[in-house]
Amino acid sequence: MTNALKRMLAERSWILTDGATGTTLFNMGLSSGDAPELWNVEHPDKITALYKGAVDAGSDLFLTNSFGGNGARLKLHGAEKRARELSRISAEIGREVADRAGRPVIVAGSVGPTGEIMAPLGELTHELAVEIFHEQAEGLKEGGADVLWVETISAPEEFIAAAEAFALADIDWCGTMSFDTAGRTMMGITSADMVKMVEKIKNPPLAFGANCGVGSSDILRTVLGFSAQAPEIPIISKGNAGIPKFVDGHIHYDGTPELMSQYACLAVDCGAQIIGGCCGTTPDHLRAMRRALESHTKGARPTLDTIAQTLGSFSSVSDGTDGAAPSPRRTRRRKD
Amino acid sequence: MSDEEDDIILAELSDDELVLQMHDDLYDGMKEEIEEGVNILLGRKWQPYRVLTEALVAGMTIVGNDFRDGILFVPEVLLAAGAMKGGMETLKPLLIESGAPRMGKMVIGTVKGDIHDIGKNLVGMMMEGAGFEVIDLGINNPVEDYLEALSREDADILGMSALLTTTMPYMKVVIDTMIEQGIREDYIVLVGGAPLNEEFGKAIGADSYCRDAAVAVETAKGFMANKHNQLPAG
Repeated sequence: MTNALKRMLAERSWILTDGATGTTLFNMGLSSGDAPELWNVEHPDKITALYKGAVDAGSDLFLTNSFGGNGARLKLHGAEKRARELSRISAEIGREVADRAGRPVIVAGSVGPTGEIMAPLGELTHELAVEIFHEQAEGLKEGGADVLWVETISAPEEFIAAAEAFALADIDWCGTMSFDTAGRTMMGITSADMVKMVEKIKNPPLAFGANCGVGSSDILRTVLGFSAQAPEIPIISKGNAGIPKFVDGHIHYDGTPELMSQYACLAVDCGAQIIGGCCGTTPDHLRAMRRALESHTKGARPTLDTIAQTLGSFSSVSDGTDGAAPSPRRTRRRKD
Repeated sequence: MSDEEDDIILAELSDDELVLQMHDDLYDGMKEEIEEGVNILLGRKWQPYRVLTEALVAGMTIVGNDFRDGILFVPEVLLAAGAMKGGMETLKPLLIESGAPRMGKMVIGTVKGDIHDIGKNLVGMMMEGAGFEVIDLGINNPVEDYLEALSREDADILGMSALLTTTMPYMKVVIDTMIEQGIREDYIVLVGGAPLNEEFGKAIGADSYCRDAAVAVETAKGFMANKHNQLPAG
């Protein structure tokens, strides 16, 4: 049987994903510091409302409430033994919402980072990382996820470990990294580096790209960096609705629905096929993005100037792909 | 390049050359070479505090600047900090013995619910690299743990880190509790983490938001300098 996302990618020129999970759950009463994944069991009605908010606003695909649902993360809440169960339930609730949508909607099983640094730099071995991701993958698959979706990754080693785990679970997947440090991931990976890495993976993702990061201008520069490499695999752009501010005791992201609509159309022009929001993106944003995408005809690749004029300036001068980034200093022992 | 570059004999370098070489070796994250360099300088009767400031802190400042400027990234900084730590193992007991001046003391930890400690660890290492004493509370700290450690350690600075949208509001819980207990002004509060920004830091009542570990060190130094200036004379 063909995967539902594969079919949708073949039929559609763009696919709209969902928006924020964490910030939306906050607005429903989640306390800071509590595990959102426990709500899959304690407040399934609110998780249904979260998913339905995106679907009703026009999302073609949404991520399950399982971002922190791996053993490494759940340990913090004494729930490390429940990774498979909590992930399964997040997908089960999602399956129900998607099947009632009356149109094809993809349930993507969210898999977030372990939070650990991988060996040799850190403690987490490849084998253990694969095991942690595999356990969560099996849960999401059992719950009925159409695809798995690893997100907000900074280290290539962790991305590759997730890919291997998804092969063990025998399920199609997508994957995004977060480019939040001078246009690169925290570990220094550029958009071009990611394309090279993704194209070498044995069980390649159905789509790859960027999520979260800093603001919509930066993520589009990253998408331009992806498409400049002419990858055969479709590109994902899932950016935050502006930057977070603290207003009246609540976190508020300052990107308006209008701004996110412009971002969505520019993302198409930059070469992304799967487009959506991340932190701070509400159903209002998604509705506006859907409307904008429906009336948008793909235009020429925008220049960086156009992006900056439309959405605001970049967080750094270079993203490391243009040869303009400063290079590390030469030291006497270094041979290059 | 010529072979001789592979054969730098640290013990044959003059003091000045050795210090510069140690800056390079920190930059390249060469732990054994840093340990060796520290021992050579101590053998040449350098005061431990001078080894710390001129060889290690100065070298880590270069690393910190290039990290701040997006030239080095987390992997390189972790290696450099690891090398620094190697040198500190020898120096630390000697510094205490010789009564070297203290830069200041910082209590640091990720907030309740947040396990992401990469940034926090970097700040801790860079602060140590700058000569601060760092009390690391690890991950997932409720407000009580922060307050208990601040008072127990007689600390100057509180550093809080959060990487998630779902955990960053907890920083405000900690600061609000400090205000309630009337101890907010006793400490410098620095906050950091990928989703934060300067305005957010101000809104929750922190003294400063620090974009990265290098900025944290500079900010802490600035606040400590001000604090010392405000101390009554004598």
